[in-house]
Formats: sequence, C-alpha cells, structure tokens
Amino acid sequence: MTDIRADLHDTARPAEPGFGDYVVLLKPRVMSLVVFTALAGLLVAPAALHPIEALAAVIFIALGAGASGALNMWWDADIDRVMRRTARRPIPAGKVEPGEALGLGLALSGIAVIMLGLATNLLAAALLAFTIFFYAVIYSMWLKRSTPQNIVIGGAAGAFPPMIGWAAATGSVGLEAWLMFALIFMWTPPHFWALALFMKDDYSNARVPMLTVTHGRRATRAHVLAYTVVLVPVALAAGFTSIGGPVYLTVALVVNALFLRGAWAIWRRTESQAEADNYRTEKQVFRLSLYYLFAHFGALLIEAALRAADAYALIGFGG
Amino acid sequence: MPSTSPTLRPTHEIHKRRFSRNLGVGLLLVAFIALVFGLTVAKVQSGGTIQAYDHTYRPALLPQDD
Repeated sequence: MTDIRADLHDTARPAEPGFGDYVVLLKPRVMSLVVFTALAGLLVAPAALHPIEALAAVIFIALGAGASGALNMWWDADIDRVMRRTARRPIPAGKVEPGEALGLGLALSGIAVIMLGLATNLLAAALLAFTIFFYAVIYSMWLKRSTPQNIVIGGAAGAFPPMIGWAAATGSVGLEAWLMFALIFMWTPPHFWALALFMKDDYSNARVPMLTVTHGRRATRAHVLAYTVVLVPVALAAGFTSIGGPVYLTVALVVNALFLRGAWAIWRRTESQAEADNYRTEKQVFRLSLYYLFAHFGALLIEAALRAADAYALIGFGG
Repeated sequence: MPSTSPTLRPTHEIHKRRFSRNLGVGLLLVAFIALVFGLTVAKVQSGGTIQAYDHTYRPALLPQDD
C-alpha cells in the first residue's frame, strides 16, 4: 500500500502552505515592535522577574499579538485582496485557507493567555486577553469599517504591550505604565495618517473609511499636526516619572522636535505640492515615526540600565 | 510515444513545503517544552520554603510560636 497519489503534481490546486506562510499570518513585523515595547515595559518596571519568567512573558505577549494578527487577516481577507499593500498576504494570495487562519488565531490566543497567566500573573493575562479581543473584535470587526476614527481608537491595541510587560513584572498598573500606553496611543494616528496620505487609493478602493477618504486630505493633514501637538507633552511627561531621566528627556526633546517639524511641514503642504515631489515629506515623516517609538523605548531601556548600574548615584545625580 | 503517467519525484515542491511545516512545528514544540521546563525550575527555585528532599518534614520551616 502506498500514500503516493496520482494528483500529486496537479498544479491547478492551491499551493500547500509552508511554515513561513503561517509565520506571515502572525504579522512578524508588528510582533517585533510588540516584543520591543513589552520588553521595555517589563525591564523598566521597579520589580524584577526571574530571567526565564521574563523571557516567557515576552514570548507569550508576542504570541498573543501574533494570534490577533492572524484573526485580523482572517476577518479582513476581503479588503486585503483589494489593497495593493496587503494583496500578497497568505489568505488573499491563496496560500492559506481562511478557516486555518481562524483556527490558528484562536488556538494561539488561548495558549498565549493561559501561559502568560501561569508564567507571571492573572492581571497580565487578563490585559493580554483584552488586547486580543480589542484588536480582533473592536478594531478589526467593528471600528475599521465603520468610522474614520478607527485608527485612533484601534491604536489602543498596539499600546497595551508595554503595560502588559509592566503588569507581568509588578502585578499592577502604575502611572508609568499608563504613560507608555499613552505614548503609543497618541503616536498611532499621525503614524498611520502619514502612511494613508501617500498610499493614495488603497483605502478608498477597499471602502475602508480612512480619514483621507471621509474627510479629505486637507483635514487629514490638520489631524496629523493636531495629534502630534498632543503627543509631545505625553512623550515628555514620561521623562519626569520614575522611568525617565536626562537621557530619555534629551532623546525625547530631539525626536519630538523633529516629529513636530515634520507634522508642521505636512500641514503646510498642498496636495499639488505633495504630488509634485511624490509625497516626499509624508514618506519622510512616516519613516521618522518608525524611529520615534524605537528612540523613546530605547532611551527608557538605557535609563533602566543606568539605574541598575547605579550610574546616577555615582555621579551624584537625582539624589 | 510519450508516457502519460505522472513522474514520481520524491523532492517535489509539496514535499518541501510539508517538510518545512513539520520541521517548524517540531522545533516549536521542542522550544515550548524547554520553556515550560525552564519555567518550572524557575518557579520551584523562587518558591521560598518549598523543599521536599529526604521526604521528611523540617521543623525549621514551621512558623514559630514565640
């Protein structure tokens, strides 16, 4: 008896997914940002976990984020097919069946939440469960297709990881955790709207009510500037809490000045100016927005390392 | 006359994909087992007064009355 089938070489059938296709379902680039911010939240917290517990916490927070990414791809397969940026994702490309993505997302969500609860505490697990629910149900299923404020409210899902990291280490949620949450929450709208300004037709083709589609590009430019103005004090405020310090404040001042200047430039530009240079400023601000978060959380990690090494006490800074 | 029967090639693309999937899942399971084992060791190590060697209770671990 043999399991070799004659239809083995039938190329008309959809390609069988490889391991990499399932990895893509978990949105690895988003996961890398989640790993970084969750690790930062965990390491800057005033309580320390055993290194293995910390490793497990970061892995399961990232796995939860990946699971919500798979659920998002399952739900959004129809609009992903229409948008140029997402058309090559595994489901619209025909590599993975929608049901498989749903199953993978649900299974990994359960594993991530239960394991995070066992590795750390119930608060961290509950926050992770809420984050997955928020991203998959509140954002993907409800807000994304119903309101131009989808990015603003949905941004909360991406803002939870440092708070979960903090909760995993301390078992509670303090002011610093809320400020890290607020930093990502307020950063998300200008980051996405800068992208939406130069991804011209994608969202309108997919009938996603992005601000550029519902309120026009002039209003979107004004919103980028307004949210950046509100973001600056939030970013600086973290510098005056127990997780901040001179390194963080210096980095925050420089990066926020650059980001504010970029948002101002976006606001001042007309659509014809933007088209003339192929959205050069919008693309620059989008790229800067990626460095913005890494710079802030990197500076927080440097502050934590300096405190751990007692460097400030050695130079007589901060009492 | 050309043959109409399918050629059986052991390293067909589908085999490669299946192998990558099986290898990936296998490695993930091994990593998961290692992580759970590490977590167990870490939890037991930080468990304070949880000690069980010799299968005898230690009076020193009991709360003191005075």
